[in-house]
This record gives sequence, structure tokens and C-alpha cells, in this order.
Amino acid sequence: MRDFTPNEMMTIAASRALSNDDVCFVGIGAPSAACNVARLTHAPDITLIYESGTIGTAPEVLPLSIGDGELCETALTTVSVPEMFRYWLQGGRISIGFLGAAQLDRFGNINTTVIGDYHHPKVRLPGGGGAPEIATSCKEVFITMKQATRGMVEKIDFYTSFGHGEGGDHRKRLGIDTKGPTLLITDLALWKPDPETKEFTVVSLHPGVTREQVQETCGWKVRFAQDMDETPAPTELELTTLRDLQARTEQAHGGKRGV
Amino acid sequence: MAKFQSLKEAVAENLRDGDTVAFEGFTHLIPHAAAHEVIRQGIKDLTLIRMTPDIIYDQLIGMGLARKVVFSYAGNPGVGLLRRMRDAIENKWPRAIETVEHSHAAMANAYEAGAAGLPCAVFRGYRGAGLKDVNPAIKNVVCPFTGEELAAVPAHRPDVTFIHAQRASRRGDILIEGIVGVQKEAVLAAKRAIVTVEEIVEDFDDLHPNLCVLPHWTVTAVVEVPGGAHPSYTHGYYSRDNASYLEWDKISADRDLFTQWMQKNVLDVGPDVFAARVKGL
Repeated sequence: MRDFTPNEMMTIAASRALSNDDVCFVGIGAPSAACNVARLTHAPDITLIYESGTIGTAPEVLPLSIGDGELCETALTTVSVPEMFRYWLQGGRISIGFLGAAQLDRFGNINTTVIGDYHHPKVRLPGGGGAPEIATSCKEVFITMKQATRGMVEKIDFYTSFGHGEGGDHRKRLGIDTKGPTLLITDLALWKPDPETKEFTVVSLHPGVTREQVQETCGWKVRFAQDMDETPAPTELELTTLRDLQARTEQAHGGKRGV
Repeated sequence: MAKFQSLKEAVAENLRDGDTVAFEGFTHLIPHAAAHEVIRQGIKDLTLIRMTPDIIYDQLIGMGLARKVVFSYAGNPGVGLLRRMRDAIENKWPRAIETVEHSHAAMANAYEAGAAGLPCAVFRGYRGAGLKDVNPAIKNVVCPFTGEELAAVPAHRPDVTFIHAQRASRRGDILIEGIVGVQKEAVLAAKRAIVTVEEIVEDFDDLHPNLCVLPHWTVTAVVEVPGGAHPSYTHGYYSRDNASYLEWDKISADRDLFTQWMQKNVLDVGPDVFAARVKGL
């Protein structure tokens, strides 16, 4: 087995969570690499959907934007943006929404809107795009992000998209009948919500990662499952597939890694 | 009835100070040349509607022409933040702007409602989302049949919509191919619509029957501007100029550099420069 980086482990662990039968709404950022590695390894028939309207896309390289021409050229079909959001997302056709996050709390609520007060922000981030409805209309939501105390925080500054709110049955109380965040994949661990409290709990540490490392890079007090697993290291095929995809992408975009 | 004219005439005849204007194109077919003409004519106090404001709204905002921006994702796609828009929001440079923020689903629904002649759009959205606490234009309505609570937002009804498309026929019918985005809805929602195209062809007789075509009588003006989407792309004509999007991150980071760049690349030139910009892409 070759050496691998924590980022590679994150992408590959995320890719393993996707199956051949999934219809996946691919968010901007880290999710796209994971979804395409899944498609190129164990899930060749997975349906990848980008919010630009491309359904069943199979890009040779990772797109730089969610509306790159290659997404359309390799898609089964391309629909308008209103149709994408109305029929396909709101209509309940998507099994998994895959999101990245700038700020995340222990209940899977995401902020990509502002740091500080909304009306007088310290930093104005891009905002939600499709995420507010991806978070509630997909049957379930996977989140992937690199661990850091400024990203994984006790309290997010803005609820761009709703996870489990204050935990427990908060989704149900708001009339949301989808599962919400069911998996968090970081560069150090796999996390799943506690069945009752809905707080993200570490269920698997990536190879060589310690509990201390997970806690040091997380802004809330981390809960660990009683029977924790170790995430299997990337296989030769997974690693080669990811690296080839990234090399093709960098070549195509002149040094840029794509999303 | 579509009028064939120069970009200068089309903008001058249709867009006025204080108008509400939409420039649409979802990563693909973004009407850059048209936005630059608006900047050259200095048409100001505009309310700008656009799902992903990206570079063209960063430029309009940085030049002080926007009063208000209605949007759902204020990013430079694949690169990062919009630095001119941030400077206006955070530091009021060169002027303060009002922002009205939505989700993509809300914006798409609002255009569709505008095209359908409805006063508002109703959809299942914003549940648990913070935007409905900071944007008073997001309301709840109750379905009269099931009792389900749904979100409602006002329809978009721009005074003018600008789009870029592949082709127009001699009659002024418009063909849009590839990622079609929200352009059809944005045109049909608007009082006036200006379309720049890569080329004008004799007729559309050989097209497939289900392509996205806007009839000439839905369009106010048609202007031939080859390369007019650059650095965005036109499916079938040229690719996205990713290097320009990356470069914008540096240009827009500095007020002086931005001002110089706008002078040289927008104010001192005309729409004819776009054809050369897409050569080799």
C-alpha cells in the first residue's frame, strides 16, 4: 500500500458511502471529487446531478464550475434550472445531497453565508446557492469537510442550510420529513448522528488518527462511539483512480484542481 | 418584434437609470459584452437580479452602478469570493448597496412565476434556513387543500433581461443549446429583452423540433456579438476561459488595479474586442 494524504483518505472514504443506485445531487466543493471517484470505481451506474441542470453526467475531469461544458456534453440529459429545482429536487427524486461547509456545528447545520452578523458581516461568504433546499429535499445528506476549529464550531453564525437544528426531532417539528445529515466525512474520521440526540458522533477513525487529533481540530466536545472502527486504508485502485482524476483535472484546467 | 441593432443602440434604447435588470446565464452563456456596454454608458442606480452574480455583477457593482442586488450565490464559480461585491457590502465602496438574498430554488421559481404572469412563486423551501429571518420578501403560505406550509417569494419582473445565445435567425428567433439555465424564464418574465448571439443564420429550418427557441416576438433587440460571453463560454463555439476567472480574483482584490483594468478592458474598447478574446479557446 502506498502512502496517502488525509485529504485523499477523506475523498475516498466519502466515495465509498455512495452506491450504484444512488441519485446524487453534487454540491460545490469537495463532494465532486468523491462522487466521481465512486463513479469510476465501485459505482459505475451512479447518477450524478449538478445544479446547472445536468442529469447523469460523467465528466472525464473534475469541473472547475458546476456549469462546465463537459458536464452537459457527458450527461444523459440537461434540463433548465427551474425544472432541476422543481421536478427533480423538490419532487423527491434525489437520494443523496452531498454538501461541503465553511462552518458546521455538531448537529450538521451549515453556514456558507457570513462570518459575524448578517447585516454587518465580518466576512461575506458566497451564500447558499442550492444548499438550503438540497438540505431538506434530498432523502439524506452527506457532508464532507476538512477538520479545523474555525470550521467545526460550537455555534454557527448563520443557518444557511438546516441539518438537525437543535437536535432530537427538530426537523420533524419544522415539517421536514427527510432524514437530513446522516454522514460526515472529514480528513480524520467518519461521523454519524446519534439516533436520539442527532449529535454527530465519531464512528470510525482513519488509519493512524488519534482521538486527540480529532478533538484538537474540532470546536465542540467530541463524542466517540463505544465500538469505534478504523476506516480501511485506500486501496491501490481507489488511490490510482483519484490521483489520475486529479492529474487529468490539473492538466485540463492549467494547474487548478477543480471542484 | 425583434429589432436588429448595435449593442450601443440596444442598450441606450432599452435600459434606463433606476431600472431593474437581469443578466442571466448559469455559468454558461453569461452576457459579458452586454454588461460592458451598460458600464460604458454609465447607466446607474440599477437593481441587479442574477442567481450567481459572478464577474459581471462584481464589475457593475465595483463601477458604482448598482443600488441593489438580488441574488442567491455571490461567488466566482470554482475560484472563490466576489471581492468588489464584498467591498461594497463590507466597506460601502464605491457606494453602499442593498442586498436581497435568496436560495437558487427561490430565484429559479421567481423567474418561472414571472414568466407565467403570476405575482409570486410557491415552493417547498427555506425550511429551517436563516435567510427567511433576514429577507422580508420570504413569506409562508398555507396550501388551501392540504394545509402544508410552503414558502412564497415575489415573482421576478425585470424591466430588462439580457442574455447571450448561440444563434438568431434572420427573423430574430433565438436558439439556446447546452446548459440552458434560467434564460427562457428570465426573458419571458421581463418587459424588454436584449439578446446577444454568436451568429445570425438564415433560418432554423434544420433544427430538432424540441430545442430551446425563443420566438422573435418575445425579444426586443438582437445583436450579433461573436465571443460575447467571454470569459464564460458558448457551447459549440468556445470553452470557458478558466484562466480569466482565476485572474479576476487578483484584479478584483485591489481597488486601483480594478479601476485600471476596467478603463483599459471595458471603457476604452467596444464589443468588437470579444471575438479576438475567444480565439483558441
